[in-house]
Amino acid sequence: MAMTRFLIRRILSGIVVLWIVGTCAFFLFFARNPDIVARSLAGRAATGAIINEVKRNLGLTQPIMVQYWQFLDRTVHLNFGLSYYNGGIPVSSILDRDIPRTASVVVGGVVLWTIVGISVGVLSATRARTLFDRFSTVGVLAGISMPTFVLGELLLAYIYVPLNTHGIGWITTGYVGLSQGIVPWAGAMILPWITLATVQAAVYTRLSRGSLLDTLGEDYIRTARAKGLTERRIIYRHAMRAALTPVVSQFGIDVGAFLGGVLVVESVFGIGGLGEDAVTAVSNGDLPTIIAFVLIASAFVVAANIIVDMLYAVLDPRVRIT
Amino acid sequence: MSLSELEFQAQTLGAAPAQAIEGRSQWRLTWARLRRDKMAVASMIVIIVIAILALLAPVFASLLHHGPNQVFPNSGLSSTGGPVSPGTNGFYFGTDELGRDLLVRVLYGARISLFVGITTTAIATVAGVAVGLISGFFGGLVDAVLARFIDTVLAFPFLVLALSLAVVFGPSLTIVIAVISFFSWAAISRIVRGQALSLKENQYIEAARSLGASPWRIMFIDILPNIMAPVLVLATLSIPAAIVFEATLSFLGLGVQPPTASWGNILAGAQSYYQIAWWYLVFPAGALLITTLAFNLLGDGVRDALDPRTERIFAARKKRRRRIWAGGPAAVGIESLVAPSTDGPEEA
Amino acid sequence: MTGPITPETAQVDPWPTDADLTDDVLVRVENLVKHFPVKGSGLVSRTIGQVQAVDGVSLTVRRGQTLGLVGETGCGKSTLARCIAGLLPATSGKVYFEGKDITNLPRRKMQPFRRDIQMIFQDPYGALNPRRRVGSIIGDPFAIHKTATGAARKKAVQELMERVGLNPEHYNRFPAEFSGGQRQRIGVARALALRPKLIICDEPVSALDVSIQAQVLNLLADLQKDFGLAYLFIAHDLEVVRHVSESVVVMYLGKVAEVGPKNPVYDTPRHPYTAALLSAAPAADPEAAASRQRIILSGDVPSPINPPSGCRFHPRCPKAQERCATEVPELEVKAGDMPTHLTTCHFPVQAGEILARSGRAPRGEAR
Repeated sequence: MAMTRFLIRRILSGIVVLWIVGTCAFFLFFARNPDIVARSLAGRAATGAIINEVKRNLGLTQPIMVQYWQFLDRTVHLNFGLSYYNGGIPVSSILDRDIPRTASVVVGGVVLWTIVGISVGVLSATRARTLFDRFSTVGVLAGISMPTFVLGELLLAYIYVPLNTHGIGWITTGYVGLSQGIVPWAGAMILPWITLATVQAAVYTRLSRGSLLDTLGEDYIRTARAKGLTERRIIYRHAMRAALTPVVSQFGIDVGAFLGGVLVVESVFGIGGLGEDAVTAVSNGDLPTIIAFVLIASAFVVAANIIVDMLYAVLDPRVRIT
Repeated sequence: MSLSELEFQAQTLGAAPAQAIEGRSQWRLTWARLRRDKMAVASMIVIIVIAILALLAPVFASLLHHGPNQVFPNSGLSSTGGPVSPGTNGFYFGTDELGRDLLVRVLYGARISLFVGITTTAIATVAGVAVGLISGFFGGLVDAVLARFIDTVLAFPFLVLALSLAVVFGPSLTIVIAVISFFSWAAISRIVRGQALSLKENQYIEAARSLGASPWRIMFIDILPNIMAPVLVLATLSIPAAIVFEATLSFLGLGVQPPTASWGNILAGAQSYYQIAWWYLVFPAGALLITTLAFNLLGDGVRDALDPRTERIFAARKKRRRRIWAGGPAAVGIESLVAPSTDGPEEA
Repeated sequence: MTGPITPETAQVDPWPTDADLTDDVLVRVENLVKHFPVKGSGLVSRTIGQVQAVDGVSLTVRRGQTLGLVGETGCGKSTLARCIAGLLPATSGKVYFEGKDITNLPRRKMQPFRRDIQMIFQDPYGALNPRRRVGSIIGDPFAIHKTATGAARKKAVQELMERVGLNPEHYNRFPAEFSGGQRQRIGVARALALRPKLIICDEPVSALDVSIQAQVLNLLADLQKDFGLAYLFIAHDLEVVRHVSESVVVMYLGKVAEVGPKNPVYDTPRHPYTAALLSAAPAADPEAAASRQRIILSGDVPSPINPPSGCRFHPRCPKAQERCATEVPELEVKAGDMPTHLTTCHFPVQAGEILARSGRAPRGEAR
């Protein structure tokens, strides 16, 4: 079937991309003089002996290609080595602890943004130039102009703090695991979700509104109307498909930017997910963790793009042939 | 008298007084439309004001005798050691936790933001247009390679790149500019490439080749004027994106490092103090929001000014409120700004 | 267009003869072939076929005279024109201009010839860059070939505008401010700028209203007289071609069907295809139209990717016989024709022959 062949091809090229990214990252980080790395870890007062010890411990004394091979071998088995900090724990354990946090943020954020973005966009298009539309236009403009972290801080300052000081404790900061109950979990996640979703939703509202308006102006829609179909049927059965294609393809491009938003939100709300780990790792120079994060982020982008391509093929039958 | 002479006569009769007859170029028409758009004019004024304030930041600093990084532990901090509120001791915006003048810092932050916004946009536009033109016009192998490259850059999580560079080289303003430019040029390039690919098929390009024009001449004299419209919109909208980007990076500690003031790192500091010092959050956030909003509105205004379809459609729309009318605005992308090479036959 | 046509002054002579050594020959095309590869889909695109757009065409254009090139859409006439103009690389064959080989020359070497060979295009709306002013467009040839700058260029452009019937004061206007006929004149002015020797007109009037067509054609005629231009005039309207040309080439599916001075070809067509085309052209006189036989061709035009074997016309030809499917006919003089009237047909139309068939359901028409 063409679809499976397409899928296999994309997965293969995705793996190639990941390999390239991993290799570039590896050489970018580890091809430097190992003395520098060791010294920055050991601290300024370190003597030569300590530095050598550190180098050996971290496996930096070996030739670079040997290190590279070890890196490849490890990574394929999903072993990301040991962190330079945190007491030398395996990076994988950091990941295991923090992936659920990031996943909570991501999933909620994506769901919220998609639903709000597209529905407001569609409604605006169908009620063009009415009060609803004007409000949503203003909202869109505000959303687009609002940097994520500013919104986060504002929400913290003017929703979380006042609520808390008045005794309403549902909305919290930090992270509450799903295992502790859905309501507490949602309470911790709601503000991050709103922060994450608002900016993106604004973009998608505008995009889907414009796209739907353009589609509704096409001749075949006029024909459908002339045939007597109800407006609702026209919009949902006929126009949506064509209108959604630019939205879907935009999604693929936005995934990269989206990860940045996740990182910011985690920082502002103290969720302690992968994003914060990455930032900490950067300030510490904790290379294995950073590489792991780079790979995961890239894998996410690749996966998202494949999903986008498949969705695109479903929406637009002309695409299936490729 | 031949028919051609008759036509000549008719034209001269119908023509305006015998001065040089100037066609109104796209740009003149666009500017006229832009001037009529109140929101766009307001945004332009706001931007100019911000720019002036940013340029005059050192002047403000010396007038107030408060340097941007100067700490005032006595006059700038309250008895409990916290920041003072706006209006005390000559600190019009209040101070931060180190007793530094917030007004001056915000002004200096504006310098950084505008500088980053404009520099990155300039770099990205030049690079994006060049690559897009070359890729779209030459096609073939060149295009295959460049297009893949553009797509990869676009899909790349930019923050990962920023992180990586920050690790290797240490965070700084230069890194910020490099990362932002690297990301922005790809977006422009993609649009330019698409335009070039479709414009290339026009008959006037073939005509230019038949005259013997070199590919470079065709690219810059025939194709470039036709893509300036979407490029201009993208460039205008890239500026606020760059400003937000820089602020975000500085907020995370990956960009401009303290003590240098950037709206991003001021807001990072504000995280711990906003509960006792609302001004610490509100003023820099407000500055950031106003600037981005102004540029976004201007970008929208430029886009609408360049795309006259919107005007006509909306004028007619006023008569039909609830119906869905044909040809919505060019919100999907800026592809509608392609030069109208076919206006349909008119009477001869 | 000057003087009566006699065998001596008739100009078309596709095969090299001694007569070609005269100065009269401007352009000689020899066995030009242009195939476009058809790429299959797949990871690595392989060539799975060829579009045989032009398959061995030879013709001659003489100085100061007009060669008309007729055929249906898809017969390859536009492709042929572009190969001659150097806009498309020829797959094989040769193009000679004033005796020099200009086939597939690289751009730099082709540059000097570009002053002598110009083109006018079909679409008056697409052939002019909408973002450039008309003066700049017409001045392009001067800029590209560096023959005039500044005030001298402007003066030259304005003279050109006057010559083609435009108001020189409209120098700074944009193409959108002109009508279709005027835009075509702008194209003519641009082509005329460097005083070329040959102008290839690719369906220059097909997109214009009929009354405007006459104006533009008259303009072209005047210019030919004044500047001694030669035209390669491509069209699908037979009457227009008859009006402007001295000789005519009829093409079908990438090959020449018939070639010769216009009157013999129009009055006594030898190729069944030519006869069918002529019979389909609307005649102004309703009585003559009613009394004339209408030859209706069966079937559709085959695809140039997979042309029929032997004579390419045979599946639709009312006179086709077995030989036509197996043997490719040569371009040669048929019995009773003058030496410059050649046809590719095994069974050319004879005088007085009735070709219109009855009893066979026609599925397509000649145009």
